[in-house]
Amino acid sequence: MKTKEIVLPGDFIDEREGRKLDTGVYLEGNKVFSKVLGISRVDENEISVIALSGAYIPKVGDKVIGVISEVEISGWSVDINSPYTAFLPFSEAVEEFVDMSRTDLSRYFDIGNIIYCRVSKVTKNKVVQVSMDDMSAKKLYGGITLKVTPTKVPRMIGRGGSMISLIKTKTNCEIIPGQNGVVWIRGEDKTKAIETILTVEKESHTVGLTEKIEGMLA
Amino acid sequence: MEEYAIELIERGKRIDGRNFDEFRKIEIKTNVAGKAEGSAMVKLGETELIAGVKMEIAKPFEDTPNEGVLIVNAEFSPLASPDFESGPPSENAIELARIVDRGIRESKAIKMDELVIEAGEKVWGIFIDIHVINHKGNLIDAAALAAITALSNTRVPKIVDEKVVRKDFERKLPVEHQPITVSVCRLGNKYILDPLLEEENVLDAKLSVAIMEDNRICALQKQGNKGLEFDEIETMIDLAMEKSKEIRKLIS
Amino acid sequence: MRKDDRQPDQLREIKMKLDVVTAANGSAEVRFGNTVALAAAYGPRTLFPRHLQESEACRLRCRYNMAPFSVDERKSPGPDRRSVEISKVIRLSLEPTIFLEDFPRAGIDGFIEIIQADGSTRVTGINALSLALASAGIPMKDLVTACSVGKIDDTLVVDLNGEEDNNSQADMAFAMLTSKNLVTLLQMDGILTKDELMELLNTAKSSCEKIYEMQKSVLKEKYSGE
Repeated sequence: MKTKEIVLPGDFIDEREGRKLDTGVYLEGNKVFSKVLGISRVDENEISVIALSGAYIPKVGDKVIGVISEVEISGWSVDINSPYTAFLPFSEAVEEFVDMSRTDLSRYFDIGNIIYCRVSKVTKNKVVQVSMDDMSAKKLYGGITLKVTPTKVPRMIGRGGSMISLIKTKTNCEIIPGQNGVVWIRGEDKTKAIETILTVEKESHTVGLTEKIEGMLA
Repeated sequence: MEEYAIELIERGKRIDGRNFDEFRKIEIKTNVAGKAEGSAMVKLGETELIAGVKMEIAKPFEDTPNEGVLIVNAEFSPLASPDFESGPPSENAIELARIVDRGIRESKAIKMDELVIEAGEKVWGIFIDIHVINHKGNLIDAAALAAITALSNTRVPKIVDEKVVRKDFERKLPVEHQPITVSVCRLGNKYILDPLLEEENVLDAKLSVAIMEDNRICALQKQGNKGLEFDEIETMIDLAMEKSKEIRKLIS
Repeated sequence: MRKDDRQPDQLREIKMKLDVVTAANGSAEVRFGNTVALAAAYGPRTLFPRHLQESEACRLRCRYNMAPFSVDERKSPGPDRRSVEISKVIRLSLEPTIFLEDFPRAGIDGFIEIIQADGSTRVTGINALSLALASAGIPMKDLVTACSVGKIDDTLVVDLNGEEDNNSQADMAFAMLTSKNLVTLLQMDGILTKDELMELLNTAKSSCEKIYEMQKSVLKEKYSGE
């Protein structure tokens, strides 16, 4: 039984024993193996491996930061930092009733606009739809975006949001980490925020990271 | 048709009713291209191709100044299949040519040192061109068979005043081995020989084995996008060896 | 004894390094003696040209290329027939291990550049690309490990250098998923009896087992070495 270990593709993790299998693993008979270079997570209920690198593959429910890449007839194409481009239908973004044949949708979102939205649908072939229906969804003004390895975002957020709150408070910046690995930062002095975030990304798998970050922010 | 091929094979049968180790009807005709110095047409069932040999005066390679030169090329003309496109050779055409080349070259089938015209300066260049006429599966085995048959029927033209005199021959091309290539295909856990196009499109893995008369192996190439179990390689080689004997009888 | 004083079953000195091409998602440099191969992996990423996205499957594309200065006599830049064939067999050596089904309609690109060629370039390249893919987070069943074996002066040997490659009675390129006992690359030219062939296969497998351990170490060290 291996947990919190660095594992490689092909490494044997454990016997399944009826447990749920999450990301990063595959099954051969009753044996669970790692699919990726990552950190193993094994407990009584679940076996998974968190990859230490890799592209963002959209999942329904993910809250992501996207950039409008095209204005279409009935919605917008959104770059969500993935091999798969998402589509934001007009009806999922704007509450007003509008005559689409007469309206130029760039009034609402134009190319280059940054949005915080929710992945609402992903088909088997990974055709992706996003929506602004979530309460926290909004257009983001100003600020900059930073790309990090998507699998490290949970570490960046921390348990109950502890890590990200700490960074926000101490750097006096607004920070929204998208589950797709895009982090939006707005504030007067973003240097410390950027530095801390990149450190978390680089050392997400190490022990004592929280202390180190606290030290950096003091 | 392809899913049907898999279904049948799982049940021990093939689309055209053959046994797993059975080749389709093999037809060989020599001297089919009148202007070539040697040629052979091979049909494996409906798959058809022609190998033509042209002898040209060539400069020897630097590291083998007293040996002839062998060049093998394959043309997958769009005429032969909806899957072939016009243009430079595809990776499959290149691979096939190189597999056929290696089978002949490595077996030392041709006595290359008997092809010198002027030591270090001029040698005979043997150009084998494989022209696919109809692609219905198993081009590699057909091409290798056509190539060695064409070579075995090639005559070396005379040279008069430093020019090649076509139609006037001085001798047969010195061919002393007859390598035969048999490709063994795995579908699921079954092995078949001489795959139909439908079978080829769904196979897991293929091992092409070039075998000499004395059962020595002179080339191997694994194809297909699945792996081979380490322990099944021997089984596949044995199947190829067994079959090669039957096929070799057809050349002479 | 071989000209470079190696035992028949002795590999050359092997060096492996990760992250040499930081622009890529994953990369590695592998050296077997004087053969140096650089590999970079990109993806999964959007497939272009667009029409390729219409097919459901993920597309793996591999390109093997030799730098013009990698050999004694300058090699013209650009793909030649040998590179085209080698690119194909390399792609097929990796396809069986990658979970292509995880990325429908996307593409994964692997590039191998040979900087210095002293025999066994394609297998050195495969070892490097395997590391690059793992480093990029591409999901695989196992790493792919490769080596060359052959027959020189009537002796069966491992890891042929350039001179041995050119003067061999037989040489074989071999790659496998070591922990699965699955062979994904097998090419041989030369003349071998069946017994010699079987012996070479076993030797290739045990050499791969050694190289596999090195690949695993270098990947683990990237993260645990901190």
